[in-house]
Amino acid sequence: MVVEFRHVYYSLERRPLLSDLSFSIDQGETLVLLGRSGCGKTTTLRLINHLLTPTAGEIQVEGVSTQTWNPIHLRRRIGYVIQEVGLFPHLTIERNVGVVPALEKWPSQRIKSRVDELLHLVGLDPAQFARRYPHELSGGQRQRVGVARALAADPPLLLMDEPFGALDPITRVELQREFKRLQQQLGKTVVFVTHDIGEAFTLGSQIGLMQAGQLVELATPHDFARSQHPEAQAFLSTRKSEYP
Amino acid sequence: MDFLTRYANEILQSTGEHLTLVLVATAIAILIGLPLGILITRKPQLRTPILGFANVMQTIPSLALFGLLLPVPIIGGIGARTAIVALILYSLLPIIRNTYVGIMSVDPAIREAGRGLGMTDRQLLLQVELPLALGVILAGVRVATVISIGLATIAAAVGAGGLGTFIFRGVAVVDNQLILAGAVPAAILALVADFILGWVERRLTVKK
Repeated sequence: MVVEFRHVYYSLERRPLLSDLSFSIDQGETLVLLGRSGCGKTTTLRLINHLLTPTAGEIQVEGVSTQTWNPIHLRRRIGYVIQEVGLFPHLTIERNVGVVPALEKWPSQRIKSRVDELLHLVGLDPAQFARRYPHELSGGQRQRVGVARALAADPPLLLMDEPFGALDPITRVELQREFKRLQQQLGKTVVFVTHDIGEAFTLGSQIGLMQAGQLVELATPHDFARSQHPEAQAFLSTRKSEYP
Repeated sequence: MDFLTRYANEILQSTGEHLTLVLVATAIAILIGLPLGILITRKPQLRTPILGFANVMQTIPSLALFGLLLPVPIIGGIGARTAIVALILYSLLPIIRNTYVGIMSVDPAIREAGRGLGMTDRQLLLQVELPLALGVILAGVRVATVISIGLATIAAAVGAGGLGTFIFRGVAVVDNQLILAGAVPAAILALVADFILGWVERRLTVKK
Protein backbone atom coordinates (compact mmCIF):
# COMPACT_ATOMS: atom_id res chain seq x y z
CA MET A 1 0.00 0.00 0.00
CA VAL A 2 1.57 3.27 -1.09
CA VAL A 3 -1.06 5.64 0.28
CA GLU A 4 -3.68 4.96 2.90
CA PHE A 5 -6.33 7.34 4.26
CA ARG A 6 -7.69 6.38 7.69
CA HIS A 7 -10.83 8.25 8.71
CA VAL A 8 -9.47 11.56 7.54
CA TYR A 9 -11.31 14.77 8.32
CA TYR A 10 -10.24 18.21 7.22
CA SER A 11 -11.89 21.50 8.03
CA LEU A 12 -10.89 25.06 7.35
CA GLU A 13 -12.04 27.65 9.87
CA ARG A 14 -14.60 25.15 11.24
CA ARG A 15 -16.02 24.58 7.78
CA PRO A 16 -15.72 20.83 7.09
CA LEU A 17 -14.18 20.18 3.67
CA LEU A 18 -13.54 16.46 3.98
CA SER A 19 -15.25 13.98 6.24
CA ASP A 20 -14.36 10.42 7.12
CA LEU A 21 -12.22 9.70 4.09
CA SER A 22 -10.84 6.15 4.06
CA PHE A 23 -9.25 4.43 1.10
CA SER A 24 -5.94 3.01 -0.01
CA ILE A 25 -3.91 2.94 -3.18
CA ASP A 26 -1.72 0.01 -4.16
CA GLN A 27 1.64 0.13 -5.86
CA GLY A 28 1.30 0.88 -9.60
CA GLU A 29 -2.37 1.90 -9.44
CA THR A 30 -3.73 5.08 -10.96
CA LEU A 31 -6.49 6.38 -8.76
CA VAL A 32 -8.52 9.08 -10.46
CA LEU A 33 -10.40 11.32 -8.06
CA LEU A 34 -13.44 12.54 -9.93
CA GLY A 35 -15.92 15.15 -8.77
CA ARG A 36 -17.42 18.58 -9.22
CA SER A 37 -15.52 21.75 -8.40
CA GLY A 38 -15.22 22.28 -4.67
CA CYS A 39 -15.92 18.66 -3.71
CA GLY A 40 -12.55 18.28 -1.97
CA LYS A 41 -10.44 16.56 -4.65
CA THR A 42 -7.57 19.03 -4.53
CA THR A 43 -7.71 19.14 -0.73
CA THR A 44 -7.34 15.34 -0.67
CA LEU A 45 -4.31 15.59 -2.94
CA ARG A 46 -2.64 18.31 -0.85
CA LEU A 47 -3.09 16.21 2.28
CA ILE A 48 -0.97 13.44 0.75
CA ASN A 49 2.16 15.59 0.36
CA HIS A 50 1.44 17.36 3.64
CA LEU A 51 0.79 20.78 2.13
CA LEU A 52 -2.25 20.43 4.40
CA THR A 53 -2.51 18.65 7.75
CA PRO A 54 -5.63 16.60 8.52
CA THR A 55 -7.89 17.87 11.29
CA ALA A 56 -8.51 14.28 12.40
CA GLY A 57 -7.46 10.83 11.23
CA GLU A 58 -4.21 10.07 9.46
CA ILE A 59 -2.71 9.53 6.06
CA GLN A 60 0.05 7.02 5.62
CA VAL A 61 2.53 7.19 2.78
CA GLU A 62 4.64 4.04 2.43
CA GLY A 63 3.35 2.94 5.83
CA VAL A 64 4.38 6.09 7.70
CA SER A 65 2.01 8.86 8.81
CA THR A 66 2.48 12.11 6.88
CA GLN A 67 2.79 13.84 10.23
CA THR A 68 5.76 11.65 11.14
CA TRP A 69 7.48 12.16 7.79
CA ASN A 70 9.83 15.11 7.47
CA PRO A 71 7.64 17.13 5.05
CA ILE A 72 10.60 18.05 2.83
CA HIS A 73 11.74 14.41 2.47
CA LEU A 74 8.15 13.34 1.89
CA ARG A 75 7.58 15.88 -0.90
CA ARG A 76 10.81 14.99 -2.64
CA ARG A 77 9.57 11.40 -2.89
CA ILE A 78 6.31 12.58 -4.47
CA GLY A 79 6.06 14.13 -7.92
CA TYR A 80 3.58 17.00 -8.04
CA VAL A 81 1.94 18.40 -11.17
CA ILE A 82 -0.65 21.18 -11.05
CA GLN A 83 -2.98 22.67 -13.63
CA GLU A 84 -1.20 26.05 -13.71
CA VAL A 85 2.08 24.06 -14.16
CA GLY A 86 3.98 26.56 -12.00
CA LEU A 87 7.26 26.47 -13.92
CA PHE A 88 9.84 28.89 -12.56
CA PRO A 89 9.84 31.71 -15.15
CA HIS A 90 13.40 32.83 -14.34
CA LEU A 91 14.93 29.42 -14.99
CA THR A 92 15.54 27.60 -18.28
CA ILE A 93 13.59 24.41 -19.06
CA GLU A 94 16.74 22.46 -18.22
CA ARG A 95 16.97 24.01 -14.76
CA ASN A 96 13.26 23.72 -14.15
CA VAL A 97 13.38 19.98 -14.80
CA GLY A 98 16.55 19.62 -12.76
CA VAL A 99 15.29 21.52 -9.74
CA VAL A 100 14.66 18.56 -7.42
CA PRO A 101 17.90 16.74 -8.35
CA ALA A 102 19.70 20.04 -7.67
CA LEU A 103 18.00 20.32 -4.28
CA GLU A 104 19.12 16.74 -3.66
CA LYS A 105 22.66 17.86 -4.58
CA TRP A 106 23.22 15.46 -7.46
CA PRO A 107 26.47 16.10 -9.37
CA SER A 108 25.81 18.41 -12.33
CA GLN A 109 26.77 15.82 -14.94
CA ARG A 110 24.17 13.41 -13.57
CA ILE A 111 21.52 16.15 -13.50
CA LYS A 112 22.25 17.00 -17.10
CA SER A 113 21.92 13.45 -18.38
CA ARG A 114 18.77 12.93 -16.30
CA VAL A 115 17.23 16.12 -17.74
CA ASP A 116 18.00 15.00 -21.30
CA GLU A 117 16.49 11.61 -20.60
CA LEU A 118 13.32 13.15 -19.14
CA LEU A 119 12.84 15.65 -21.95
CA HIS A 120 13.06 12.77 -24.44
CA LEU A 121 10.58 10.85 -22.31
CA VAL A 122 7.97 13.63 -22.50
CA GLY A 123 8.57 14.17 -26.22
CA LEU A 124 10.64 17.36 -26.18
CA ASP A 125 13.99 17.49 -27.99
CA PRO A 126 16.62 18.64 -25.43
CA ALA A 127 18.76 20.28 -28.13
CA GLN A 128 15.80 22.47 -29.02
CA PHE A 129 14.20 23.09 -25.63
CA ALA A 130 16.74 22.77 -22.81
CA ARG A 131 17.96 26.38 -23.02
CA ARG A 132 14.59 28.02 -23.56
CA TYR A 133 12.52 29.79 -20.93
CA PRO A 134 8.96 28.79 -19.98
CA HIS A 135 7.38 31.85 -21.64
CA GLU A 136 8.78 30.69 -24.98
CA LEU A 137 6.77 27.44 -24.86
CA SER A 138 3.15 26.60 -25.67
CA GLY A 139 0.73 25.48 -22.95
CA GLY A 140 1.03 21.82 -23.94
CA GLN A 141 4.83 21.99 -24.02
CA ARG A 142 4.88 23.67 -20.61
CA GLN A 143 2.77 20.91 -19.12
CA ARG A 144 5.13 18.31 -20.61
CA VAL A 145 7.94 20.10 -18.80
CA GLY A 146 5.80 20.07 -15.64
CA VAL A 147 5.49 16.29 -15.88
CA ALA A 148 9.22 15.91 -16.57
CA ARG A 149 10.01 18.05 -13.53
CA ALA A 150 7.76 15.93 -11.33
CA LEU A 151 9.50 12.75 -12.52
CA ALA A 152 13.03 14.11 -12.15
CA ALA A 153 14.12 12.41 -8.95
CA ASP A 154 12.23 9.22 -9.91
CA PRO A 155 9.58 9.47 -7.18
CA PRO A 156 7.51 6.33 -6.60
CA LEU A 157 4.31 8.40 -6.28
CA LEU A 158 2.87 11.10 -8.54
CA LEU A 159 0.14 13.57 -7.61
CA MET A 160 -1.54 15.30 -10.52
CA ASP A 161 -4.08 18.06 -10.04
CA GLU A 162 -6.04 18.55 -13.29
CA PRO A 163 -2.76 18.71 -15.18
CA PHE A 164 -4.40 18.81 -18.61
CA GLY A 165 -7.42 20.91 -17.62
CA ALA A 166 -6.23 24.17 -19.14
CA LEU A 167 -5.22 22.71 -22.50
CA ASP A 168 -7.16 22.76 -25.75
CA PRO A 169 -9.10 19.49 -26.37
CA ILE A 170 -6.74 18.17 -29.02
CA THR A 171 -3.57 18.77 -27.02
CA ARG A 172 -5.35 17.38 -23.95
CA VAL A 173 -6.18 14.06 -25.64
CA GLU A 174 -2.65 13.87 -27.02
CA LEU A 175 -1.14 14.38 -23.58
CA GLN A 176 -3.57 11.93 -21.97
CA ARG A 177 -2.56 9.29 -24.48
CA GLU A 178 1.13 9.93 -23.95
CA PHE A 179 0.74 10.00 -20.21
CA LYS A 180 -0.99 6.61 -20.33
CA ARG A 181 1.92 5.20 -22.32
CA LEU A 182 4.38 6.77 -19.89
CA GLN A 183 2.55 5.34 -16.95
CA GLN A 184 2.58 1.81 -18.42
CA GLN A 185 6.30 2.20 -19.06
CA LEU A 186 7.21 3.57 -15.61
CA GLY A 187 4.72 1.83 -13.32
CA LYS A 188 4.36 4.77 -10.93
CA THR A 189 1.58 5.01 -8.42
CA VAL A 190 -0.55 7.97 -9.45
CA VAL A 191 -3.31 10.00 -7.82
CA PHE A 192 -4.98 12.06 -10.52
CA VAL A 193 -7.61 14.72 -9.92
CA THR A 194 -10.08 15.64 -12.66
CA HIS A 195 -13.67 16.68 -13.28
CA ASP A 196 -13.59 15.13 -16.74
CA ILE A 197 -15.14 11.66 -16.71
CA GLY A 198 -13.61 10.83 -20.10
CA GLU A 199 -10.18 11.47 -18.63
CA ALA A 200 -11.08 9.31 -15.62
CA PHE A 201 -11.93 6.38 -17.88
CA THR A 202 -8.87 6.86 -20.09
CA LEU A 203 -6.33 7.00 -17.30
CA GLY A 204 -7.75 5.41 -14.16
CA SER A 205 -7.27 1.88 -12.92
CA GLN A 206 -9.53 2.96 -10.06
CA ILE A 207 -12.06 5.78 -10.10
CA GLY A 208 -12.94 7.47 -6.83
CA LEU A 209 -15.99 9.69 -6.97
CA MET A 210 -16.14 12.53 -4.50
CA GLN A 211 -19.16 14.56 -3.48
CA ALA A 212 -19.30 17.25 -0.78
CA GLY A 213 -16.11 16.11 0.94
CA GLN A 214 -16.89 12.40 0.91
CA LEU A 215 -15.78 9.50 -1.21
CA VAL A 216 -19.10 8.14 -2.44
CA GLU A 217 -17.88 5.53 -4.92
CA LEU A 218 -14.61 3.73 -5.50
CA ALA A 219 -14.46 1.21 -8.33
CA THR A 220 -12.61 0.06 -11.41
CA PRO A 221 -13.73 1.84 -14.59
CA HIS A 222 -15.62 -1.31 -15.59
CA ASP A 223 -17.66 -1.33 -12.37
CA PHE A 224 -17.92 2.44 -12.20
CA ALA A 225 -19.75 2.49 -15.53
CA ARG A 226 -22.44 0.37 -13.87
CA SER A 227 -22.65 2.33 -10.64
CA GLN A 228 -26.13 3.14 -9.37
CA HIS A 229 -25.03 6.06 -7.18
CA PRO A 230 -26.91 9.21 -8.28
CA GLU A 231 -23.75 11.34 -8.52
CA ALA A 232 -22.05 8.63 -10.61
CA GLN A 233 -25.15 8.50 -12.79
CA ALA A 234 -24.98 12.27 -13.18
CA PHE A 235 -21.38 12.08 -14.39
CA LEU A 236 -22.06 9.09 -16.64
CA SER A 237 -25.01 10.84 -18.26
CA THR A 238 -22.81 13.81 -19.25
CA ARG A 239 -20.67 11.35 -21.13
CA LYS A 240 -23.57 9.97 -23.13
CA SER A 241 -25.05 13.36 -23.98
CA GLU A 242 -21.71 14.67 -25.20
CA TYR A 243 -22.25 13.21 -28.68
CA PRO A 244 -25.84 13.71 -29.88
CA MET B 1 32.35 80.84 -16.07
CA ASP B 2 34.31 82.80 -13.58
CA PHE B 3 32.10 81.37 -10.92
CA LEU B 4 32.62 77.81 -12.07
CA THR B 5 36.41 78.01 -12.14
CA ARG B 6 36.38 79.51 -8.68
CA TYR B 7 34.05 76.92 -7.18
CA ALA B 8 34.77 73.79 -9.31
CA ASN B 9 36.84 72.09 -6.63
CA GLU B 10 34.37 72.86 -3.90
CA ILE B 11 31.44 71.65 -6.01
CA LEU B 12 33.23 68.39 -6.75
CA GLN B 13 34.07 67.88 -3.11
CA SER B 14 30.49 68.58 -2.03
CA THR B 15 29.15 66.25 -4.71
CA GLY B 16 31.43 63.55 -3.31
CA GLU B 17 30.15 64.17 0.21
CA HIS B 18 26.58 64.18 -1.05
CA LEU B 19 27.04 60.90 -2.87
CA THR B 20 28.69 59.32 0.16
CA LEU B 21 25.78 60.31 2.40
CA VAL B 22 23.27 58.82 -0.04
CA LEU B 23 25.20 55.64 -0.76
CA VAL B 24 25.87 54.85 2.90
CA ALA B 25 22.25 55.59 3.85
CA THR B 26 20.80 53.56 0.96
CA ALA B 27 23.11 50.62 1.66
CA ILE B 28 22.10 50.53 5.32
CA ALA B 29 18.44 51.03 4.42
CA ILE B 30 18.66 47.97 2.14
CA LEU B 31 20.34 45.96 4.90
CA ILE B 32 17.48 46.83 7.26
CA GLY B 33 14.56 47.12 4.84
CA LEU B 34 15.06 43.93 2.81
CA PRO B 35 14.98 41.58 5.84
CA LEU B 36 12.02 43.50 7.29
CA GLY B 37 10.16 43.24 3.98
CA ILE B 38 10.84 39.48 3.90
CA LEU B 39 9.83 39.15 7.56
CA ILE B 40 6.37 40.64 6.98
CA THR B 41 5.70 38.17 4.16
CA ARG B 42 6.31 35.39 6.72
CA LYS B 43 4.66 36.98 9.75
CA PRO B 44 1.55 38.84 8.54
CA GLN B 45 0.77 40.08 12.07
CA LEU B 46 3.93 42.23 11.91
CA ARG B 47 2.94 43.86 8.65
CA THR B 48 0.81 46.65 10.08
CA PRO B 49 3.26 47.83 12.77
CA ILE B 50 6.33 47.69 10.51
CA LEU B 51 4.75 49.33 7.47
CA GLY B 52 3.02 51.77 9.81
CA PHE B 53 6.34 52.84 11.34
CA ALA B 54 7.95 53.30 7.92
CA ASN B 55 4.90 55.22 6.75
CA VAL B 56 4.97 57.61 9.71
CA MET B 57 8.66 58.30 9.06
CA GLN B 58 7.77 59.47 5.57
CA THR B 59 5.16 61.89 6.86
CA ILE B 60 7.53 63.79 9.15
CA PRO B 61 8.70 66.96 7.34
CA SER B 62 12.33 66.42 6.43
CA LEU B 63 13.74 69.54 8.05
CA ALA B 64 11.89 68.63 11.26
CA LEU B 65 13.26 65.08 11.21
CA PHE B 66 16.83 66.32 10.92
CA GLY B 67 16.13 68.74 13.75
CA LEU B 68 14.46 66.14 15.93
CA LEU B 69 17.37 63.75 15.55
CA LEU B 70 19.98 66.33 16.64
CA PRO B 71 19.53 65.93 20.41
CA VAL B 72 19.12 62.13 20.30
CA PRO B 73 22.07 60.40 22.00
CA ILE B 74 24.39 58.11 19.97
CA ILE B 75 22.65 58.55 16.59
CA GLY B 76 22.19 62.33 16.82
CA GLY B 77 24.57 65.28 17.03
CA ILE B 78 26.07 67.63 14.50
CA GLY B 79 27.51 65.88 11.45
CA ALA B 80 27.05 63.17 8.86
CA ARG B 81 25.72 60.54 11.27
CA THR B 82 22.47 62.38 11.95
CA ALA B 83 21.96 63.02 8.26
CA ILE B 84 22.54 59.36 7.39
CA VAL B 85 20.06 58.21 10.04
CA ALA B 86 17.41 60.58 8.69
CA LEU B 87 18.00 59.42 5.11
CA ILE B 88 17.74 55.77 6.21
CA LEU B 89 14.42 56.45 7.91
CA TYR B 90 13.08 58.00 4.70
CA SER B 91 14.40 55.19 2.50
CA LEU B 92 12.90 52.38 4.54
CA LEU B 93 9.32 52.66 3.30
CA PRO B 94 9.90 52.18 -0.44
CA ILE B 95 12.36 49.35 0.22
CA ILE B 96 10.24 47.46 2.77
CA ARG B 97 7.03 47.98 0.80
CA ASN B 98 8.49 46.93 -2.54
CA THR B 99 10.17 43.85 -1.03
CA TYR B 100 6.83 42.85 0.45
CA VAL B 101 4.82 43.59 -2.69
CA GLY B 102 7.42 41.94 -4.93
CA ILE B 103 7.38 38.69 -2.98
CA MET B 104 3.61 38.64 -2.47
CA SER B 105 2.98 39.16 -6.17
CA VAL B 106 4.86 35.98 -7.11
CA ASP B 107 2.27 33.74 -8.80
CA PRO B 108 0.76 31.47 -6.10
CA ALA B 109 0.99 28.52 -8.51
CA ILE B 110 4.78 28.96 -8.64
CA ARG B 111 5.00 29.03 -4.85
CA GLU B 112 2.71 25.97 -4.63
CA ALA B 113 4.89 24.11 -7.13
CA GLY B 114 8.06 25.01 -5.22
CA ARG B 115 6.65 23.84 -1.92
CA GLY B 116 5.15 20.73 -3.50
CA LEU B 117 8.54 19.80 -4.99
CA GLY B 118 10.03 19.83 -1.51
CA MET B 119 11.74 23.22 -1.25
CA THR B 120 12.36 24.45 2.28
CA ASP B 121 11.10 27.95 3.05
CA ARG B 122 14.65 29.25 2.70
CA GLN B 123 15.15 27.58 -0.68
CA LEU B 124 11.81 28.92 -1.87
CA LEU B 125 12.82 32.41 -0.79
CA LEU B 126 16.35 32.40 -2.22
CA GLN B 127 15.77 30.38 -5.40
CA VAL B 128 12.29 31.49 -6.38
CA GLU B 129 10.72 34.41 -4.55
CA LEU B 130 13.66 36.82 -4.36
CA PRO B 131 14.81 36.34 -7.96
CA LEU B 132 11.25 36.89 -9.18
CA ALA B 133 10.72 39.91 -6.90
CA LEU B 134 14.08 41.47 -7.77
CA GLY B 135 12.73 43.91 -10.34
CA VAL B 136 10.13 45.29 -7.93
CA ILE B 137 12.64 45.45 -5.06
CA LEU B 138 15.09 47.38 -7.25
CA ALA B 139 12.33 49.80 -8.20
CA GLY B 140 11.97 50.50 -4.47
CA VAL B 141 15.72 51.03 -4.12
CA ARG B 142 15.61 53.41 -7.06
CA VAL B 143 12.82 55.48 -5.52
CA ALA B 144 14.66 55.51 -2.17
CA THR B 145 17.90 56.64 -3.81
CA VAL B 146 16.34 59.45 -5.81
CA ILE B 147 14.42 60.72 -2.75
CA SER B 148 17.62 60.57 -0.69
CA ILE B 149 19.59 62.59 -3.22
CA GLY B 150 17.01 65.34 -2.95
CA LEU B 151 16.70 65.15 0.82
CA ALA B 152 20.43 65.04 1.40
CA THR B 153 20.60 68.71 0.42
CA ILE B 154 18.98 69.41 3.81
CA ALA B 155 21.80 67.50 5.53
CA ALA B 156 23.87 70.69 5.37
CA ALA B 157 21.51 72.11 8.01
CA VAL B 158 22.95 69.68 10.56
CA GLY B 159 26.51 70.23 9.40
CA ALA B 160 26.78 67.05 7.33
CA GLY B 161 28.12 68.80 4.23
CA GLY B 162 27.00 67.86 0.72
CA LEU B 163 25.54 70.04 -2.02
CA GLY B 164 23.10 71.61 0.42
CA THR B 165 25.98 73.69 1.75
CA PHE B 166 25.80 75.84 -1.41
CA ILE B 167 22.05 76.11 -1.26
CA PHE B 168 21.94 77.25 2.37
CA ARG B 169 24.78 79.68 1.77
CA GLY B 170 23.08 80.99 -1.38
CA VAL B 171 19.81 81.50 0.46
CA ALA B 172 21.57 83.31 3.32
CA VAL B 173 23.37 85.79 1.08
CA VAL B 174 20.65 85.89 -1.61
CA ASP B 175 22.93 84.59 -4.36
CA ASN B 176 21.20 82.57 -7.07
CA GLN B 177 24.48 81.34 -8.52
CA LEU B 178 25.36 79.71 -5.22
CA ILE B 179 21.92 78.11 -4.95
CA LEU B 180 22.25 76.73 -8.48
CA ALA B 181 25.77 75.48 -7.73
CA GLY B 182 24.11 73.15 -5.21
CA ALA B 183 20.80 72.46 -6.92
CA VAL B 184 22.01 71.67 -10.44
CA PRO B 185 24.58 68.98 -9.47
CA ALA B 186 21.99 67.46 -7.09
CA ALA B 187 19.44 67.27 -9.90
CA ILE B 188 22.02 65.74 -12.24
CA LEU B 189 22.97 63.16 -9.59
CA ALA B 190 19.29 62.23 -9.17
CA LEU B 191 18.76 61.84 -12.92
CA VAL B 192 21.91 59.77 -13.38
CA ALA B 193 21.05 57.51 -10.43
CA ASP B 194 17.52 57.10 -11.76
CA PHE B 195 18.82 56.19 -15.19
CA ILE B 196 21.43 53.68 -13.97
CA LEU B 197 19.16 51.95 -11.47
CA GLY B 198 16.33 51.90 -14.01
CA TRP B 199 18.63 50.15 -16.46
CA VAL B 200 19.72 47.57 -13.85
CA GLU B 201 16.09 47.03 -12.90
CA ARG B 202 15.08 46.30 -16.49
CA ARG B 203 18.01 43.93 -16.93
CA LEU B 204 17.09 41.93 -13.84
CA THR B 205 13.31 41.84 -14.23
CA VAL B 206 12.12 38.37 -15.21
CA LYS B 207 9.99 38.03 -18.30
CA LYS B 208 6.74 36.26 -17.65
